[in-house]
Amino acid sequence: MALDSKIPKGPIADKWTNYKNHIDLVNPANKRNIDVIVVGTGLAGGSAAATLAELGYNVKAFCFQDSPRRAHSIAAQGGINAAKNYQGDGDSTYRLFYDTVKGGDYRSREANVYRLAEVSANIIDQCVAQGVPFAREYGGLLDNRSFGGVLVSRTFYAAGQTGQQLLLGAYSAMNRQIGRGKIKMYNRHEMLDVVVVDGKARGIITRNLITGEIERHSAHAVVLGTGGYGNVFFLSTNAMGSNVTAAWKAHKRGAYFANPCYTQIHPTCIPVSGDHQSKLTLMSESLRNDGRIWVPKKKEDVEAIKAGTLKPKDLAEDDRDYYLERRYPAFGNLVPRDVASRAAKERCDAGYGVNATGEAVFLDFASAIERYGKEQAHVKGLDENDAALVKSLGQEVVKNKYGNLFQMYEKIVDQDPYNTPMMIYPAVHYTMGGVWVDYNLMTTVPGLYCIGEANFSDHGANRLGASALMQGLADGYFVLPYTIGDYLSDDIRTGPISTDTKEFEDAEKEVKDKLNFFVTNEGQHSVDYFHKKLGKIMWNKVGMSRNVKGLTEAISEIKELREQFWKEVKVPGTNDEYNEELAKAGRVADFLELGELFAKDALNREESCGGHFREDSVELDGEQKGEAKRDDDNFAYVAAWEYKGEPSDAVLHKEELEFKDIELKQRSYK
Amino acid sequence: MNLTLKIWRQKNANDKGKMVDYKVNDISPDMSFLEMLDVLNEQLINKDEEPIAFDHDCREGICGMCSLYINGEAHGPDRGITTCQLHMRMFKDGDTIYIEPFRAAAFPVIKDLIVDRSAFDRIQHAGGFISVNTSGNTIDANAIPINKHDADDAFSAATCIGCGACVASCKNSSAMLFVGAKVSQFALLPQGQVEATDRVLNMVKQMDEEGFGNCTNTGACEVECPKGISLENIARMNQEYLKASLKG
Repeated sequence: MALDSKIPKGPIADKWTNYKNHIDLVNPANKRNIDVIVVGTGLAGGSAAATLAELGYNVKAFCFQDSPRRAHSIAAQGGINAAKNYQGDGDSTYRLFYDTVKGGDYRSREANVYRLAEVSANIIDQCVAQGVPFAREYGGLLDNRSFGGVLVSRTFYAAGQTGQQLLLGAYSAMNRQIGRGKIKMYNRHEMLDVVVVDGKARGIITRNLITGEIERHSAHAVVLGTGGYGNVFFLSTNAMGSNVTAAWKAHKRGAYFANPCYTQIHPTCIPVSGDHQSKLTLMSESLRNDGRIWVPKKKEDVEAIKAGTLKPKDLAEDDRDYYLERRYPAFGNLVPRDVASRAAKERCDAGYGVNATGEAVFLDFASAIERYGKEQAHVKGLDENDAALVKSLGQEVVKNKYGNLFQMYEKIVDQDPYNTPMMIYPAVHYTMGGVWVDYNLMTTVPGLYCIGEANFSDHGANRLGASALMQGLADGYFVLPYTIGDYLSDDIRTGPISTDTKEFEDAEKEVKDKLNFFVTNEGQHSVDYFHKKLGKIMWNKVGMSRNVKGLTEAISEIKELREQFWKEVKVPGTNDEYNEELAKAGRVADFLELGELFAKDALNREESCGGHFREDSVELDGEQKGEAKRDDDNFAYVAAWEYKGEPSDAVLHKEELEFKDIELKQRSYK
Repeated sequence: MNLTLKIWRQKNANDKGKMVDYKVNDISPDMSFLEMLDVLNEQLINKDEEPIAFDHDCREGICGMCSLYINGEAHGPDRGITTCQLHMRMFKDGDTIYIEPFRAAAFPVIKDLIVDRSAFDRIQHAGGFISVNTSGNTIDANAIPINKHDADDAFSAATCIGCGACVASCKNSSAMLFVGAKVSQFALLPQGQVEATDRVLNMVKQMDEEGFGNCTNTGACEVECPKGISLENIARMNQEYLKASLKG
């Protein structure tokens, strides 16, 4: 099947408006006869479910957690971008569009990104109207902060809990519709398959995680807002339950999976401390507004710090290497995430890592504390030269901005970041790849939509900070509810979809057979045993730096591990009760397939772009020496993979990317 | 360090349940409490025993999924944190640790340490929202300036993670801190004024129907709240409730 991205014609600034003016609508009376399933209740799924219900559709929403409010969007810290230009610093729709395409290393679809930038301002208006308590200035107006990869302040925030506040906003919009009976909410339900009838997505199979009951649910369309697949690495900043299962089942039913190798390794996370670790914790990118990243210049200082004989705060300014400021003077500590992560790895690989494992760099707030302290002393008419006073005043300001993050750090690491620099290291955070969708956010299966992090569409090969929240809410509030109407307008005479058909029966049987296999298999290793092994292969060979040899090895090692899993996995308990191991087994089974496709995609893409860094594709000389090198002649396309059984048999389809409004050029943050 | 754990085991909602003893060895002080339970569960699985069921997800203190009553305290001995942020350095080698579910009539046990907190959701369905449709043409976000102190207080109330520690800590199993936080968030914002009367009446009514107890101002909820939600929110809710009742 040829890929048709369905990008509307016309100038980029008019595409979305013209398109909306011409698509088919469903009249309010008919909406009452149409059912829509939404899987996942994070920012994308939650906002979509609420909006579809407001429009009059009958929505059934599903989440595996005990409440929609727990979806992992809640953990997003730093903020949400919007081209409001409240700061008067020259921001505009075009500039947000441009920054996002450039930040994504020219691997995203122009028309989608422009639309995202266009609706960004509406999101802020909508959220404020819902009662989302964004940070404000003393004049009562909304405050902004800066994020990586841009030269304006367009990030709206609520301390270090922006995701929480936005998700609770979407959750409140859902609650209103649940109360009205327009959303039927299924908590603690996991989607285990998509049901396709006559070529159209018409329902899902779910498992009630408490009773173990397998259920059939039908609808006229199915929307997946099920998040990213970072947990394929076992250790990531994702929640423990975050998984690829819904997206992968969709893939197996005909939805192409795009750019699986585009993964964001976030530069500022708390380093791994030992084998017991179950997850990694992010320290928001917003900290790079005020924190400076450094390692010692001299190896002997590195050793002294590791040995505990030298305190980092006692090291002289001249002996510190603020390597981001050195390498990227224009953007400094606020370079995009992929660039910052690679730079940290480069220093640590060269032997300058500052903790026991050699995999940590400093994020230092001392100069920010001093700067803010002096400012406060000045404002209050106090002595600017009293160091202790300045420090305490400065700490107070930093606490107001980032208090919850500092507390999280202190609890995990048992060190006080107000007095000693944080130690941080890159960790898997977000996946730009995902289910392929067209301009309507529909997958290659008619009637099956995919929104938010679960799709591939807007961030290219690298996502800018504070853009995930923007995309999730743009898709759910302002894009999908329009585009899905165009499809559903053909369904006004269809009537309710029966679950009493062969397609539902077959899908249900497949699901049940697999669950029965797990609980009866006489294996000897737990699910985590395999998940951790998979994670190690992914991190070592398909992580921040990739080469042909490692990727080839990874492909065969993952395949072997998968075969071993199906022979030796052990799942205690039964399938008719609450059984977390059983739920995990199904998720890891899917990760073991995705992981191989991921490595295959990385092997296919013989260029470096964004989060995908190939050691055989770097600039060899000139000002950009050592930086990642794209190959636009051969790889300016979206790699969309079609399922054909084993991941090794997956067939590649290319969506060529056209850049008409932005000139393709080397990304420079120097 | 080596520890003795006394853990509540209950097969399902109908089972009577009991405390069972377990031993774990070589626990690192850098582990989180839930990672310590992961170690125990791996042991149990390898011995063909059923692992302990407990709720958890983000493991960074924000999703509100984790619970646990540890040595008689919701989220254990440390302050201002959830169980997933509790680290084993808070315990000593040789300690015996009691681990129970959050207990309240409105939070029935599902299995082992997992309880059903859907009563919280139902209270939110009753009024925890501002009735504004998604349209793309609401007024500009900066059209109504909001006093920074009010905005900050609304934010502080809104940081509630809905974990239920307040209910579990209260001798009356009262949910007033939880409900008060939501009522306060909207009461402090101009956008929340229009529906203020119905909101507080409906949410309190639902709260009572779910079987939560009343507030007798002991303040245990505030002490145990991982997000430091203030008792002031209960006072504000009472004030809102009185205003709404007088209005009729």
